[in-house]
Amino acid sequence: MLANLLDRFRTFALALLLTAYAVPAFAGAFEDAVAKFANDDFSDTEEAIGVVASSGNPLAHPIISALQDGRLMADPDSKKVYVTGTDGKSIDAITGEAVASVPDSASAVRLNNRLRRGVEAAVGGLTLLSPDLATRLQAAQSVFKSHEEAALPVVESALAKETNKAAKTALGEARAAIILFKSDASEQDKLEAVATIKARGDQEALALLTGIGGDQPATVSKAAASAISSIQSSLAMWSGVQNAWYGLSLGSVLLLAAIGLAITFGVMGVINMAHGEMVMLGAYTTFVVQEVIRTSYPGAFDYSLLIAVPLAFLVAGGVGVLIERSIIRFLYGRPLETLLATWGLSLVLQQAVRTLFGPTNREVGAPSWMSGAFELGQITVTYNRLWILCFTLAVFAILLAMLRYTALGLEMRAVTQNRRMAASMGIATSRVDALTFGLGSGIAGIAGVALSQIDNVSPNLGQSYIIDSFMVVVFGGVGNLWGTLVGALSLGIANKFLEPVAGAVLGKIAILVLIILFIQKRPRGLFALKGRAVEA
Amino acid sequence: MTPHVLTRSLDRGATLFLAIVAACGILIPLSNLLLPAGSFLQVPTYLVALWGKYVCYAILALAIDLIWGYCGILSLGHGAFFALGGYAMGMYLMRQIGPRGVYGNPILPDFMVFLNWQDLPWYWYGFDMFWFAALMVVLVPGLLAFCFGWLAFRSRVTGVYLSIITQAMTYALLLGFFRNDFGFGGNNGLTDFKDILGFNVQADGTRAALFGLSCLALILAFFICRAIVTSKLGKVLIAIRDAESRTRFLGYRVESYKLFVFTVSACMAGVAGALYVPQVGIINPSEFAPGNSIEAVIWVAVGGRGTRVGAALGAVVVNYAKTVFTSGPLAPYWLFMLGALFILVTLLLPKGIVGTFNTFWEPWKARRVEANAASAAREDGVSEPAE
Repeated sequence: MLANLLDRFRTFALALLLTAYAVPAFAGAFEDAVAKFANDDFSDTEEAIGVVASSGNPLAHPIISALQDGRLMADPDSKKVYVTGTDGKSIDAITGEAVASVPDSASAVRLNNRLRRGVEAAVGGLTLLSPDLATRLQAAQSVFKSHEEAALPVVESALAKETNKAAKTALGEARAAIILFKSDASEQDKLEAVATIKARGDQEALALLTGIGGDQPATVSKAAASAISSIQSSLAMWSGVQNAWYGLSLGSVLLLAAIGLAITFGVMGVINMAHGEMVMLGAYTTFVVQEVIRTSYPGAFDYSLLIAVPLAFLVAGGVGVLIERSIIRFLYGRPLETLLATWGLSLVLQQAVRTLFGPTNREVGAPSWMSGAFELGQITVTYNRLWILCFTLAVFAILLAMLRYTALGLEMRAVTQNRRMAASMGIATSRVDALTFGLGSGIAGIAGVALSQIDNVSPNLGQSYIIDSFMVVVFGGVGNLWGTLVGALSLGIANKFLEPVAGAVLGKIAILVLIILFIQKRPRGLFALKGRAVEA
Repeated sequence: MTPHVLTRSLDRGATLFLAIVAACGILIPLSNLLLPAGSFLQVPTYLVALWGKYVCYAILALAIDLIWGYCGILSLGHGAFFALGGYAMGMYLMRQIGPRGVYGNPILPDFMVFLNWQDLPWYWYGFDMFWFAALMVVLVPGLLAFCFGWLAFRSRVTGVYLSIITQAMTYALLLGFFRNDFGFGGNNGLTDFKDILGFNVQADGTRAALFGLSCLALILAFFICRAIVTSKLGKVLIAIRDAESRTRFLGYRVESYKLFVFTVSACMAGVAGALYVPQVGIINPSEFAPGNSIEAVIWVAVGGRGTRVGAALGAVVVNYAKTVFTSGPLAPYWLFMLGALFILVTLLLPKGIVGTFNTFWEPWKARRVEANAASAAREDGVSEPAE
């Protein structure tokens, strides 16, 4: 009881204080209009919305959006109106002063459907004038979609004031959309509107034009029909470009995963079923690097991947050399046994990682320069995919240069072409084998760094890539890096072009079946090695 | 055929193996059914089902041994034939449920009613008859193997390339069977079986009979394999395994031999799958997983490739170990052990258990045969040639 009294007293004191400091309000149109919200009458509310929206008062936006969400409270007794924020704090709608609490007699201002549309248009109109560019663009988009006639004056006034080019275009399109649906607009205006919308040329524009209905003048209908077909053909082209881009992106991932395999398989004839686990080790190296950076040097997070790439190469490459020296070395000339042993190895590595890091997915963050996307025509290009494509091509180029210009590369090529001859010429083939295996594994580790950005880092990461990588190597041909490049990119693109036609899974099955059939025609892949050593 | 002809020229290991399988096939069901529950010698029903599973795996291992051990074809997709046979049997069992399903539809299995299908897909026709399903158990895997092998062997896809495309084949099937619109129950597969040939699948008697049948199938599979590898055709197969090009240059049509043995092997795997499904009570797409097929290969490697008995033994030993270790406190370490098994067997025990045993056993056996011959000669009064 006492607490309650105290509470009331405090409210009273606060109210006194507020009144004392408040600037005496100038009773203008805005104040009158706001007060009308308290009348609980739909026509009064409509009038109030119109006046408030065009008042230019900084409180107009909070009031209208509160009205939209049912957060605008009106007290019919005192004719006072309050805006309750989403955080639960309330302000007086006229003065903008904070109030401690809204009186119990106040209730939310009611709306009917007609008013609700008016409110939406008003919100759109208000945000069209917002100082923030992103908000303005978004508002123009929403007006374009709703093409509410009521918003036309606001759009036109905003268009007159607008200085930003993108926002101006968006506003122009919004205006065109409204005019197209306005029943009393002139035929000339409507034709111009169709042209504007045609220039926009995306899915939204298509939807808008198909929805104009039959009560348009004949010339407008005809112009709209031709605009629709032109938009459709340009959209088809863009979707082709989009598929090609997705395909390139998938192809680069496949290439990255398969390139190490192509080296070990090509040079040594070794089927390394644990190759996927090398990719996984690379991804977990990235995870560890990021954890260390997060706890010790949070400022350096953007450099985490740059640090992870060489580390992943060393970790996976080191494990690769270890595997070669301890297991694979004893199994040369027995490719099927090598396959089984490395499969066992992959089980061990997976379980080891599962024991160390847990079976669940691990969080690997993206540095700031890899997140986000940009628009290119009608397609969206994400930075991480773009970086992975560039990174893959860089790795490919470096590897190619290494094979061509370094001593190790020369020795590797010699061993690939004729092992016994190379040995007779004094090349230490077993050393070349160990280094080759280490190189292939190290590149798999690097691939893991890149894949950690687009896939879940879990102990099963490698398994999902192993069959695809083998397909790439088998398709492209063994012992030829260009074959791997062509194989990976063509499989990626074919996959993405089949996906919209057949669905993701069926597309993948179709690719597998096609590869199986392809192997019949060219058992040694697209770019087969020629020469005597091949059959050995 | 008389028992004498059957056992003639069987070596001791094979005789022992067949005797043990036959004894198990008779004694375990009898003990399960006739002895009172809880008695010391009574085999509980769950063990009958478990061992029934091992026997089916042993048939699969035998099928792999036939092509890998004797013809050098390493298939990493034999699990696909096993699963296809299993699906054929599962489809029969699904049709037998009839109106007792959750939705009570007399024709459509529950998952089709759930997917709002109106008619039975054409490829489900006929599976309400056992003879048709039994035919499909052999025919579907056999046909797939025939087509696949015809394409692969004709264009001389060999070695690791063949292994990889068989793996791609089972992977493609895995993806396909996971889809609901394929009409095989999608992710959940086929389960909730009720009857097989009018007998309750869950009943002790049915389980015991299925176990006995599986043992019988294993023995039959053993004799089929033996008949193939000891015939002239078998000699050609071994020649292909050891020197494919040379065999071809000698005028043999290598691809026809390979195709024949690959198809037979796939049919055997299909039968194994068909016996497996009623005993475990479910078939789902995970049976197509490439890992399963590779695991089956390691059973053969552990037991000893090219020994028949070893393949079956390997399947039972590895799977028994798997059951023991994955159910105990050592469960997290099972994959370490399985992985180590792959590595150690290929590195240290390339001939497998039986093969290694034979290498120790054979010189001793040869000496004994020699000694026998010598003593027989003495008894005949023939003097030994002077050294």
